[in-house]
Amino acid sequence: MAIGLTHYLVLGAILFSLGLYTVLTRRNAISVLMGVELILNSANINYVAFSHFSSGNVDGQIYAIFVIMLAAAEAAVGLAIVLAIFQLFHTIDVGAVETLKE
Amino acid sequence: MEHPIQTDYLRWIVLLPLLGAGWNGLLGAQLQKRVGKWLVSLFACAPVVFSFLLSLAAFFGLLALKPEERFLTDRVYAWLSLGSLHVDVAFWVDPLSAVMILVVTGIGGLIHIYSIGYMHEDRSYWRYFAFLNLFTFAMLLLVTADNLLLMFIGWEGVGLCSYALIGFWYQDHVNTRAGNKAFIVNRVGDFGFILGIFLIFWSLDQQGHGTVAFREIATFASLLQGQEIWGIGVVTLATLFLFLGATGKSAQIPLYVWLPDAMQGPTPVSALIHAATMVTAGVYMIARLNFLFSMAPVTLEVVASVGVATALLAATIALTQTDIKRVLAYSTISQLGYMFLAAGVAAYGAAIFHLMTHAFFKACLFLGSGSVIHAMGGEQDMRKMGGLSRSLPWTFWTFTIAVLAIAGTPLTAGFFSKDEILWQAFSSPHGSSWLWLLGVAGAGMTAFYMFRQLFLVFFGECRADHHVQEHLHESPKVMTLPLVVLAVGSIAAGWIGLPGIFGPNLFAQWLEPVLGAAHEAHGSGAAEGTLMVFSVGVAAFGFYLAYLIYYRRALAPEHFSSLAGGLLYRLSYNKYYIDEIYQFVFIRGTLLLARIGVWIDQYIIDFIVDGSARTTALVSWVNGLFDNYVIDGIVNQLADSTFAAGDKFRKVQTGNINSYLYVILGAVIVAIIVKLRYWS
Amino acid sequence: MELATAIFYLVAAVTVGSAAMVAFSRNIIYSAFSLLGTFAGVAGIYVFLGADFVAAVQVLIYVGGILVLILFAVMLTHRITDVQITNRAAGRIPALVMVAVFIALLVQTIQETPWVKAKEIVYVPTTGAIGDLFLQSYLLPFELASLVLLAALIGAVVLARKEIKE
Repeated sequence: MAIGLTHYLVLGAILFSLGLYTVLTRRNAISVLMGVELILNSANINYVAFSHFSSGNVDGQIYAIFVIMLAAAEAAVGLAIVLAIFQLFHTIDVGAVETLKE
Repeated sequence: MEHPIQTDYLRWIVLLPLLGAGWNGLLGAQLQKRVGKWLVSLFACAPVVFSFLLSLAAFFGLLALKPEERFLTDRVYAWLSLGSLHVDVAFWVDPLSAVMILVVTGIGGLIHIYSIGYMHEDRSYWRYFAFLNLFTFAMLLLVTADNLLLMFIGWEGVGLCSYALIGFWYQDHVNTRAGNKAFIVNRVGDFGFILGIFLIFWSLDQQGHGTVAFREIATFASLLQGQEIWGIGVVTLATLFLFLGATGKSAQIPLYVWLPDAMQGPTPVSALIHAATMVTAGVYMIARLNFLFSMAPVTLEVVASVGVATALLAATIALTQTDIKRVLAYSTISQLGYMFLAAGVAAYGAAIFHLMTHAFFKACLFLGSGSVIHAMGGEQDMRKMGGLSRSLPWTFWTFTIAVLAIAGTPLTAGFFSKDEILWQAFSSPHGSSWLWLLGVAGAGMTAFYMFRQLFLVFFGECRADHHVQEHLHESPKVMTLPLVVLAVGSIAAGWIGLPGIFGPNLFAQWLEPVLGAAHEAHGSGAAEGTLMVFSVGVAAFGFYLAYLIYYRRALAPEHFSSLAGGLLYRLSYNKYYIDEIYQFVFIRGTLLLARIGVWIDQYIIDFIVDGSARTTALVSWVNGLFDNYVIDGIVNQLADSTFAAGDKFRKVQTGNINSYLYVILGAVIVAIIVKLRYWS
Repeated sequence: MELATAIFYLVAAVTVGSAAMVAFSRNIIYSAFSLLGTFAGVAGIYVFLGADFVAAVQVLIYVGGILVLILFAVMLTHRITDVQITNRAAGRIPALVMVAVFIALLVQTIQETPWVKAKEIVYVPTTGAIGDLFLQSYLLPFELASLVLLAALIGAVVLARKEIKE
């Protein structure tokens, strides 16, 4: 069976689910961020796959590039926040940081 | 003319000094510390010398061609392509720019070599040479650019380097102020220049031929004839703007005030930038665009009047100055005035000829004065000099030759070029006997103040204090050698442009393909001879007067300074108070405007604002009542209920990210199921 | 099986496998390094999809930038000498259930949806087209993106800087 759109979409779905699982179960903030990266990558696969199989134009790829750009910004700011939290609380467990909670 | 010869070495004429500048600018400080100054000197001088050799190659390349085909070009790459604007980075050499690159690299090279000796003690040796090379690059860019925009880059570049070198000894506040002044005054002119460029491009674009390349402007210039803007011919307006740029760069009325202050820089800089090359940029630009200026008789009249007025004004100021370099600075302004006079009577060839000879003898004078200052331990006041001919023989002889040349002594370069200008001022269709007469008067004054300087510095008793006298010494070979070369040039450079009555004018023939044939003079050879004898007579009178006053001391200078109650003397000595007037009109004027603005702000704007504020306050008070009782009632109710709701919902916000995610995920799953099962 | 198909499955397996490592590994350093495999695999998938420029960007930014950032963050927040660098996971069972339901739904959706397909799939270099689009239709988002990146840059510096104790 030739590789079609469905293959890529399923691949994206698997990646998405793995990312989701990571985000759901991890207590470590950095791991949570890794899960988010997986989710973003799966979304990108979908964008590029649609772009490739449907109209042949490159708009989907443009979106993918924007997502990559935002992922870079997100990673930079997210990890900076993680570092700041680490300096303040000496832990990066997402459950342990709850000063804002009443 | 339509088939320029493509070459690939012209770019190196321009780029070699840039390489030198980059090398010394980036590595010079380390090299100087680790290896020694000789390496810095090598990397500074070698590029200029090679540029000179390449310029010679270009010159002989041109010489081998037929006069109407003398044209080399080197297109490096396309720089801009915006709409109808297409600009290339391209260099070209035609007879006119060939003269300029030879002057810039030749005299520039000599001054580089001289600087090795002059700047030897300086700590920032490398910085000096980096800027000097950068300047050479910018100047070469200016004269070889094939379009106005590229020329403008060189134009700005020389201004920048001039600024950096005037304020070279930045530890002293006076120097940095002089640098700032030069830069700001130049900016005023540059503004005019760029307006001129815009106007030319815009008006050509109206005709469908928008371009800034010189050759294309020349081709399409005739289309501009008759085009008008605000009732003024476009060509006239554009050339007037360009001329404003020229007055800034070439120190003409009203923007000449920066040049005397520019003497705060190291003396070789004064020689290279503020005498031989940069200040001639305006003359070159007018000669380059001669076809435009010739189409605008009004502009030509302005150019000629400004030129002759500057020549006279600067000459009268130079009569009384006591600083050795200031006399030379004002004489430079005066000589530049002559060049503009020539350009203004459409004798562009004569202007370029004087530019070239002037570069020789003025560089020689400046370098000579540098040698004197060097020997005197930094003293610049001529009243404290005297009798230096014994201790500085080389400097003395070369200085004398240059003085003879600038004073217009027959058979020296200055004689031929100045005579050519005066003759053109008289005989050209744009000239008049008035221009000639004023020019001759300026020439007489030139002879007087130059010989005054010569006698004050080199003759009579030495008036320096004992300590300085003991240390008087001739400058090293590396400084005297350029002086000798320049002195030889001060005489020989004139012979290539002999006046019509002596023989063929090779220089005019050389420039003919660019500047067009010289005008048919409406005077005979005999008339030219008569005028020549007359102007030599006036110059000789100037010399004789200086001789009587400052050598024989037969006449007391006070005799003249007290003329008209000393008013004339004070005017001249204080440079007609032009700096003070500018200070008063422009700087104080700006401050006054600012103060008026403050007043308007305080009393009028504030009144309106206050009034509106009071009105607003009143309205607000009424609003406030409404707000307090009606709106607040509603809002408070809302807030209370929100607060109560929040209190109930607070328990949902656990602060646990995972639990949020479960909720989100659950919602998404439900949404998908709904969409799949019930919605499609 | 065709060679291209085989390679596709290989790349997909690497991608999914290393993503699974990210999700399930007990050691955060293993997780971080497995991310490399995922990112590189996704780049390979882009190549299959004829998206040469995006693949290059993926390698440059994800592998060259984000991954390095993540590794730095891991190193800065854990003492590397610790043998056991824990990567605690909590609530595995409910998470597994939720994710299983979710993926089942996704796959079902994918299978059932009638996807519109282009008649002919072309492989041409895309960089020029992308550049044109960035400077034409997507000019405003493009410029906004630069602003976002600038803000992220400054924000990251401000956040991560050590407080100077008075």
